[in-house]
Amino acid sequence: MPSNVIMPQMGESIFEGTLTKWLKKVGEPVKRDEPLFEISTDKVDSEIPAPASGVLSEIRVNEGETVQINTVVGVIAEEGAAASPAPAKVEMEDAPKPQAVQPAPQEPELTPEPEPAAAASRSVRSSPLVKRIAREEDVDLGQLEGTGLGGRITKKDILSHLSGRQGSDVPPSAAPAPRMPGTERSPAGSSEVVPMSAMRKSIAEHMLASRRTSAHVTTVFEVDLTRIVNIKNQHAQEFLEREGGKLSYMPFFIKTVAGALKEFPVVNASISGTDIIYKKDVNIGVAVALDWGLIVPVVKNADEKSFLGIAKTASSLAERARQKKLAPEDVQGGTFTISNPGVFGSLLGTPIINQPQVAILCIGAITKRPVVINDAIAIRSMAYLTLTFDHRLIDGAVADHFMSSLKNKLEQWDEPLF
Amino acid sequence: MAAVTYLEAIRQGIWEEMERDSSVFVLGEDVGVYGGAFKLTEGMLERFGEDRVVDTPISESAIVGAAIGAALMGMRPIAEMQFADFISCAFDQITNFAAKCRYRWGAGVPLVIRGPSGGGIHGGPYHSQNPEMHYVHTPGLKVVAPSTVYDAKGLIKSAIRDEDPVVYFEHKFLYRRLKEELPEGDWTVPIGKADIKRTGSDISVITYGAMVHLALEAAATLANDGIELEVVDLRTLVPLDKERVLDSVKKTSKVILLHEDVRTGGMAGELAAIIAEEAFEYLDGPIMRITAPDTPVPYSPPLEEFFLPKTSDIIRVARQLAAY
Repeated sequence: MPSNVIMPQMGESIFEGTLTKWLKKVGEPVKRDEPLFEISTDKVDSEIPAPASGVLSEIRVNEGETVQINTVVGVIAEEGAAASPAPAKVEMEDAPKPQAVQPAPQEPELTPEPEPAAAASRSVRSSPLVKRIAREEDVDLGQLEGTGLGGRITKKDILSHLSGRQGSDVPPSAAPAPRMPGTERSPAGSSEVVPMSAMRKSIAEHMLASRRTSAHVTTVFEVDLTRIVNIKNQHAQEFLEREGGKLSYMPFFIKTVAGALKEFPVVNASISGTDIIYKKDVNIGVAVALDWGLIVPVVKNADEKSFLGIAKTASSLAERARQKKLAPEDVQGGTFTISNPGVFGSLLGTPIINQPQVAILCIGAITKRPVVINDAIAIRSMAYLTLTFDHRLIDGAVADHFMSSLKNKLEQWDEPLF
Repeated sequence: MAAVTYLEAIRQGIWEEMERDSSVFVLGEDVGVYGGAFKLTEGMLERFGEDRVVDTPISESAIVGAAIGAALMGMRPIAEMQFADFISCAFDQITNFAAKCRYRWGAGVPLVIRGPSGGGIHGGPYHSQNPEMHYVHTPGLKVVAPSTVYDAKGLIKSAIRDEDPVVYFEHKFLYRRLKEELPEGDWTVPIGKADIKRTGSDISVITYGAMVHLALEAAATLANDGIELEVVDLRTLVPLDKERVLDSVKKTSKVILLHEDVRTGGMAGELAAIIAEEAFEYLDGPIMRITAPDTPVPYSPPLEEFFLPKTSDIIRVARQLAAY
């Protein structure tokens, strides 16, 4: 029995994926669970394991093609079985053509075996407009109740769903602001036109959507990190020997931010309509820059983890992000985000909030600066920390109290590392 | 200032242009001594003389041919078709000559061909037609169809001042039924600009000519049910104000295309294609057409009533579409 290889559903609201690379050629043997191909979706890039052992007998979706989930992208034949006949277009002209008397060896599969959930979301009746909004706003239509004729999901249904979700008084218009302002139709001069990757498109849309949704305000604090720099330097070697990895500053920040979020629940919240949702979990996303974009894996329940637990989780997530091995759940459920452009030399940044969160912390470069302490000038390791917050929910004083608490925790770090 | 009729507005527009520019003149059947079959050119012979108000033989081909010649020689003729139905007699002059002069020889033909079109007046198959699509289909012509007193005056003045041939369809049902006070002074309505006659959020009704008023009536009724129609009056069929049409469709996501002309090959089909091509992902329901059926205009009053689109048709289709 040959096994169909399908485009998997990577996350609940993902409807399509781009097959970026086949790791096997037609005719090559594959083992069950061995990486077979790579995909890129709105949410995540990852390797997909083979569903069965055998021989990759057919590739139906080529590299670079974007297809809906559950589309059959290839076929694995049982070992020993001949690869299925070459596609018709490469058939030799002089070969006999028995098609007239013999049915084609395999019918083209218009409806691959759908998984129940996927089948439900695909049978949903809507409209071109509703589908477009669902795609842009990342809505799973299967979860909406349609009020149109025969249960069809109408524009009103999806807009009211969105206004509930985003908590915006202004429902997104059917004709939203152009997604890519400044679209240049015919680039002048010498230039190269390259289509955006799925990740690039997703980042572009999410950034613009966030600017439309939240009232962004940024506050800047200067923090003396000399103590943490010293602790890190003292323990770097021991950490490397015990844990086999480099000790970075990030776990210090995650740990202190988790503590500050427990003190200021409103910073660990989101908005739904006119309701405030206080998140019980403290899940801190950490922006990871990649050569091909940006992804924000999430350290779950950071408030319940030890320093070491946070350090290990964060480095494992960053490593898997760079190897495109993040699972969908690794990038979901964040309640607060930390961006760290300081590693690239940035002094301070004003980041865009990662929706539906209400605040994001940006860590500037740690540099030695002359600082006045008790009327003497000292050399200290300083950094600018900025918090961009959603003024719809968080007022300036609250944001500054949060930042003061964070600053105190960092300057008076008193946690064991091991 | 006293309110004037749609007919009087066109007469005023022509009159003012003839006062302003001595190259403007009118020609047609019975436009002079008789003052026109609908009295649209009444008094012009006395004011402007027989050189500028020319009675012609019953030959539309000759009227348009002479007008094209005059236009090529620097005049600005306004050729009247006594009924727009008879414009087909001049079809070759209009489509093969007037429409192509600029393209073929670089010679502009500043010509207006105007005449009463449309039904609802028990005129039967030869006095009720809406022949606009023959000219919409021909590159090189501009086609205008005003729905209000204001637009009728503003557009006839723009048509006269245009450097290229403009076919101007007035709706005879509106001639004496509409009255409006007009602003004083010299003003025009630009060719190629649609007008939102009523703003609404739920369904765009895109239409022109006499049907605009049916759409407005239907909109008033439907507003009581909480269904808000946006009435887009094209005013000009060529060049089409695509931007305003698409903006409205993108806003409401549902669209009714309404015209008095017959269904097949009508403006609605062309608009439907444009909307499907350029605003597909903004649609939240099927594109609906309300038009006359594909038959000649019946003479019998009950049949004519059946034939013409009615306010009740718009209300019915709009309710279906709102619930879709």
